Amino acid sequence: MSTATETPVTTTEPSTTSTAYGPFASPTRGARFTGAAANYIDERTSISGLVKEVGRKIFPDHWSFMLGEVALYSFVAILLSGTFLTFFFQPSMVPVHYEGSYVPLKGIEMSAAYASSLDISFDIRGGLLMRQVHHWAALLFVASIGLHMLRIYFTGAFRKPREINWIIGFVLFILAMAEGFTGYSLPDDLLSGNGLRIIDGMVKAIPIFGVWVSYLLFGGEFPGTDVVSRFYTLHILLLPAILVAALGVHLLLLVINKHTQFAGPGKTNGNVVGVPVMPVFAAKAGGFFFIVFGVIMLIAATFTINPIWNYGPYDPSPVSAGTQPDWYIGFADGALRLVPPHLEFLVFGDYTLSMNILLPLLVLPLFLGLVAFYPFIEAWITGDKREHHILDRPRNTPVRTAIGVAGVVFYAVLWASASSDLIATHFKLSIEGVIHGLQALFFLGPIIAYIVTKRICFGLQKKDREIALHGFESGRIVRLPGGEYIEVHQPLSDAERWRLTSYTDYEPLMIRPNSNGKITATQRLRAGFSRWFFEDRILPVSKGEIEASHHGDDH
Amino acid sequence: MADHNGGQSGSTDAGTAVEPSVPRTVSSGTAVVVQDGIPNPGHQPHRLRVTDLDPKKEKEASRRVSGLFFLSLIGSVAAVVFYFVFPIDPSNLASVRINTLSLGVAISLGLLGIGIGAVHWAKALMSDAEITEERHGTRGSDATRAKAVDVFTLGNKESGFGRRALIRNSLFAALAVTPIPAVVLFRDLAPAEEPGELLRHTMWDKGVRLTRDPSGTPIKASDVTYGSAFHVIPDGLNEEEDRLEQKAKASVLLMRLRPEDLIEPDEKKDWSYQGIVAYSKICTHVGCPVALYEQQTHNLLCPCHQSQFDVSDQAKVIFGPASRPLPQLPIAIDDEGYLVAQSDFHEPVGPSFWEREL
Repeated sequence: MSTATETPVTTTEPSTTSTAYGPFASPTRGARFTGAAANYIDERTSISGLVKEVGRKIFPDHWSFMLGEVALYSFVAILLSGTFLTFFFQPSMVPVHYEGSYVPLKGIEMSAAYASSLDISFDIRGGLLMRQVHHWAALLFVASIGLHMLRIYFTGAFRKPREINWIIGFVLFILAMAEGFTGYSLPDDLLSGNGLRIIDGMVKAIPIFGVWVSYLLFGGEFPGTDVVSRFYTLHILLLPAILVAALGVHLLLLVINKHTQFAGPGKTNGNVVGVPVMPVFAAKAGGFFFIVFGVIMLIAATFTINPIWNYGPYDPSPVSAGTQPDWYIGFADGALRLVPPHLEFLVFGDYTLSMNILLPLLVLPLFLGLVAFYPFIEAWITGDKREHHILDRPRNTPVRTAIGVAGVVFYAVLWASASSDLIATHFKLSIEGVIHGLQALFFLGPIIAYIVTKRICFGLQKKDREIALHGFESGRIVRLPGGEYIEVHQPLSDAERWRLTSYTDYEPLMIRPNSNGKITATQRLRAGFSRWFFEDRILPVSKGEIEASHHGDDH
Repeated sequence: MADHNGGQSGSTDAGTAVEPSVPRTVSSGTAVVVQDGIPNPGHQPHRLRVTDLDPKKEKEASRRVSGLFFLSLIGSVAAVVFYFVFPIDPSNLASVRINTLSLGVAISLGLLGIGIGAVHWAKALMSDAEITEERHGTRGSDATRAKAVDVFTLGNKESGFGRRALIRNSLFAALAVTPIPAVVLFRDLAPAEEPGELLRHTMWDKGVRLTRDPSGTPIKASDVTYGSAFHVIPDGLNEEEDRLEQKAKASVLLMRLRPEDLIEPDEKKDWSYQGIVAYSKICTHVGCPVALYEQQTHNLLCPCHQSQFDVSDQAKVIFGPASRPLPQLPIAIDDEGYLVAQSDFHEPVGPSFWEREL
């Protein structure tokens, strides 16, 4: 392969490299068969070109790179278990009388969807297992996407040329939540029905069209007899089709852009250092798929999730205390809970404007919009048009990291709010106190998180600088002939120092008049943002400083 | 590694250099151009693993890997065996658990054996030497881009796309309008009636008896003791074709307070009966059932978003995101002493909507 060059180090291991390049050294029967089969396929597909191009593609290694893999593999587990479920599930709200094995619900009127979900759970061998695999894998899917996004954000992997892939990943995140919600609603149990009821109430609050949207969604009045079959089509056809397409583009762009890597000795912005797809990465990634699937299977075998038989069929009247959505919808539900009372107004005469619902409906897209467009905002502020393939350590971009942590805290407060009642009962607090506390945290939490994170980043950067210049504290105290005590510092190897000191440094933008001699408002805004981002900064260690410090340490 | 690094070290300062094969200069924005950076020390010597150095360890690792694959084999076979050995017995719920557990553990053994084996193989036995691949700028080369521009220019010339403005613009117009039928086709997702009107009416009407939810047995005023609360549906709801849709609007909570605890405006004085009041159970926030009644404080709590309503004071909102009081159902008693509605609700129940006050 012309693009991959073996490092000279590998020549010390002739045994491994020679087998890698000489697959048909001895014409055994197996080798002859492989050769013939490969020839047959290649003469019909010219697949050898593809193999040559990607077969020895290099993937850098870091534990955090596996989060996206977890998402991908849990999605495969979802597809497999979901396909099994479709063979038994009846997406219909036709009322039936339950005649299955679960005695407490025998003879009760319910929808065919709920009855078939019970049958999957109680009358089909492995059915409950597959239901639980599907649900656990879905929870893991959204969770791993979220963590993967955080990894991308905090290491700056969204920078040029990967902004588009960030957007596609964001779309995948939204699709995953939509898949989760539509799937959660399908069994038509009491809990999911209440979830739909909340959606109905939120939709109705939309000005002008709200009632119509709800009416079209439910095929008439809530709950109607259509929503399960409609969600089923969305859940198993439309959303997965879009998701798979977006996922394909996501992975294709990953291959085209090549993976990012952390700074390290020998690693530059112009190369990628790691293991080749064939065989190491393929074995690791392929093996990891089985591990992810196996762990999901083990969890599904041992931990109950969504015991729909405990909830009963959907009925608009009963509800149990402490009901909660699946975790990834929590932030939206929490946002609904934090709104103070009486935020409903009449506008244009007699039209009802329900700000108690519209406020969360506006704040959440605003938050998600900031997440989606952050790469473009930061690129505009820095004005840096270069490609970036070396990842940032979060401490070296203090403001970005602080914004990210503030966002995480913002999300976490909303998420905790979805459990406000459980927090109150578990910690013996009043529900009003918990809500008021969370309302305060909603505003203060992100600000405090921002300030604290920024300070921690600066602290870590200063420590890195100290270590790069003077070495590690060795803990060895030495008494000098003059009686003075000093602690001996262990010097750093070049490789270690490189890891600590190689990062991009930006300075605040100087406002300059443009060609017309004017300073535009956008220029001022950009300079303001730039000051916010880069005014406080710790400079990377320079060669001169290292030499000076060595000189100082010499005595 | 010196030869590799030699060509790179000059441009690797701070790890931010543009790929050298792109001669074009790209703005680095406000990034500081480092003059005095530390040079990239280049690739470090490869460290051999214990399996590279000790043939005994290599053999052990290889045995472990194939052992794991055999374990997987056992798991998969066991899963099939368990499928038949631990069937589901309809009379015994524990059999569901044993079926799920045995199948799941066996299958996961089948999966984890392969997974851990393959990863162990890769980490312990396959070459772990790091390989360097050059990156190329994502941007196509100038020659390629020029060719691409040619393609479009030629396409434009040969089709006259830019020149024939009428053809082009009429195509745009046609394309913009074609999806509209697809949107219109979805109108019949919902029935023909105007939805706003449906939301204004429930099953309640003059003389409709209040009955217990879900049994449907009527309620005598004398059954309702102080402090008690009843979940109520209108008489005949269980026989309705659209039972759930009606129930989603008509569910009511019935409570008896001491008449002196009730704050009632003059026009609603006769809506209650001897301290018995009936309020819509559907939350005015997003429509959850307001199912939790605290008899000491006369408060109703919605378990979904914790809105609280004060039953003693016209079910006004005292906490939480809801805005409006729960609508009150005017009640009376009929000749036999059963509680009946005086009329339908006087306002739409449940969540707010745009046309609500019209």
